[in-house]
Amino acid sequence: MMIKLIKRSCLLTGIAMFFIGCSTDEKQTVITMKELVMQDEFDTNGAPNSSLWSYNIGTGNNGWGNNELQYYTDRPENIVVENGMLKIKAIRELYLGSGYTSARIFTKGKFEKKYGRFEARIKLPWGKGIWPAFWLLGANSDTVVWPQCGEIDIMEYLGNNPTTVFGTVHGPGYSGAESISKNYSLLDNRFDNDFHVFGIEWGENYINYYVDDVLYNQITPEDVPGEWVFNEPFYIILNMAVGGNLPGTPNSQTVFPQTMLVDYIRVYE
Amino acid sequence: MKNRKINYFKKSLLLLIVMITAINCDRELSDDATLSGFSKNGEIFTDNFIGMGSDFYFPYGDSKFTAFSVDTDEAYKGNASIRFDVPNANDPQGSYAGGIFRVEGAGRDLTGYDALTFWAKASQGVTVAEFGFGEDFFPNQFITTMRNVSVGTAWTKYIIPIPDASRLLQERGMFRYAAGSNGTNGAGYTIWIDELRFEKLGTIAHGQASIMNGNNQALTTFVGVTSNVDGVIATFNLPTGVDQAVSISPSYLEFSSSNPAVASVDDAGVVTSLSAGTAVITATMNGVAATGSLTINCVGTFIHAPIPTRNQANVISIFSDTYNNVPVNYYNGYWQPWQTTVSNDFSVLGDNILNYTIFNFVGIEFSNPTINANSMTGIHLDVFIPGPVAPGRQLRVLVVDFGANGVFGGGDDTRHSTTFTAPTLVSQAWIPIEIPFSAMPLLLSRSHLAQIILEGGDGSVLYADNIYFYN
Repeated sequence: MMIKLIKRSCLLTGIAMFFIGCSTDEKQTVITMKELVMQDEFDTNGAPNSSLWSYNIGTGNNGWGNNELQYYTDRPENIVVENGMLKIKAIRELYLGSGYTSARIFTKGKFEKKYGRFEARIKLPWGKGIWPAFWLLGANSDTVVWPQCGEIDIMEYLGNNPTTVFGTVHGPGYSGAESISKNYSLLDNRFDNDFHVFGIEWGENYINYYVDDVLYNQITPEDVPGEWVFNEPFYIILNMAVGGNLPGTPNSQTVFPQTMLVDYIRVYE
Repeated sequence: MKNRKINYFKKSLLLLIVMITAINCDRELSDDATLSGFSKNGEIFTDNFIGMGSDFYFPYGDSKFTAFSVDTDEAYKGNASIRFDVPNANDPQGSYAGGIFRVEGAGRDLTGYDALTFWAKASQGVTVAEFGFGEDFFPNQFITTMRNVSVGTAWTKYIIPIPDASRLLQERGMFRYAAGSNGTNGAGYTIWIDELRFEKLGTIAHGQASIMNGNNQALTTFVGVTSNVDGVIATFNLPTGVDQAVSISPSYLEFSSSNPAVASVDDAGVVTSLSAGTAVITATMNGVAATGSLTINCVGTFIHAPIPTRNQANVISIFSDTYNNVPVNYYNGYWQPWQTTVSNDFSVLGDNILNYTIFNFVGIEFSNPTINANSMTGIHLDVFIPGPVAPGRQLRVLVVDFGANGVFGGGDDTRHSTTFTAPTLVSQAWIPIEIPFSAMPLLLSRSHLAQIILEGGDGSVLYADNIYFYN
């Protein structure tokens, strides 16, 4: 089921494995949860489905905590469903005091879930300072302050590193620079060339990260140096930030507008 | 293009024969038999040159020929590297290092690759003028060049994107370089190159070309004038997130004309003006529109000056396509500070025309050597005023002799100025001007003729052709 577990069992049963061989175990099982419980295929042109999605508007507190440079809007220039895709577009423009606009939507109060397989098929943008993400926040985030509420970043990506994405968890004692994270890189392709599937399988005391058909990480309570806060309901966020502490500021070579294309979001259990 | 088709035809015939033979022999055709038949090998140098033949290095004519060697003491990988010893600027054998590495024999099919890659380091941090590929000395159809490349003292991988690999069906120009010592105060240094190959990286994206260096340029032309699309640059995003610009041959692009009846454009970006009107030349690379454009404003059929009829033996020609011209220092001295005249000379179907724009006055000098015109009896020139001739407009033609000392000044120079006005001066027609020396009393000698000066311009345009002394 998981690469780490397989390795461990191989180690523990070393001699037995020697006799029966490892060949069947070398094939990872990327996904096990196959019952579809929620999906947005983005098939209806216009604004995102309001029964599922809400907007974050503005610049948040201190650039959403990261000194981000964009102003999030709900305008169709920044976010629209078109031709079977959700399009989140970052634009370089002066808007209410910010130098860029973009969009961020979330499912809080509309879709919240504990455990499951959360997956999206996305074609990513590119360029220095571009920071799109597909992530989850603890549904209790209004009453429990971050990072105690927990954050599961299914996919983050920096536009100046177009071959690499990373998956991360933040919690009490392991947030920001101390968060638990792992990169996944393509050797002969890029994430802005075509669509890729980004997902997690999340259950009691584990989160498995995968890209396309590759399981690249598992995080369990043993991997975090603090309380495991991921046995509660979480909600989904999709956004594209511009600038900020992590990606740095766009430079003269950053092409605008930049668009993140989301083909679908699906949740299984 | 024609040659390529013929080659394919021959190859197809050959293949057909092979197939027939194979069928007759009741054997299956080998999997290796493909229509192209050109090597798809991407390797150029690992520890040795690979598939390059024995005669593959061709240094540039004025470079130091011995700059290139194979170094078996330095390698990024394995046990050898390519070594370039860039000479000192004052090296009598050549002031820089540069050349091409060309496959001996048939070219390679590089359509399966997207970049030329190599590892490089230098004996000190330097900026290397050019690395690239696609130069084969003829026809140089698909040159790609990365300029001003920073090379440090540690081995570093370099990526030169292929602008459109589908063009490289039989490329011989595998690698080229040019490195001098402008940035090192004339001091030489060494560059090592290793693991030189074409690769399919799959991580190069967002190719965007520009023509005319990204500018929207306009050009006034006549029917039959050819102009070139140039300043072709392509930018690609590398897997490192860095944008890499390369200078490329126009042949990598697809060109189109907004008005093919006015101006046509060929595969190499050569634009031919066909009729009066305006046409905008634009380009695409891999289907993506290039920035920049060339607007052709064709003003119609050029009226050629009458072809001179005198024999060569009876003229001393300064500027004419009919005669052999004597040495001329310049056709526009750009005499400061008062001259505004700019030269925009052009050629229409092989007829070269002096085109003086913003014309107030201009000097033509032929002082090295000066002309002894004692056997001549006068001066001829044809001028053309495309714009209107304002009332009172003058054209003054001055002939200058530098005197016995043969150089400007010294108190022995003499000159005569002849003034022309309407009705001699007309618009939109060639004006033949002939002035006998007998009508130039202030020109005291014609043993050391050295200058012709045209004056009286009003800031408009003046064409000139067929300037010669005659008898």
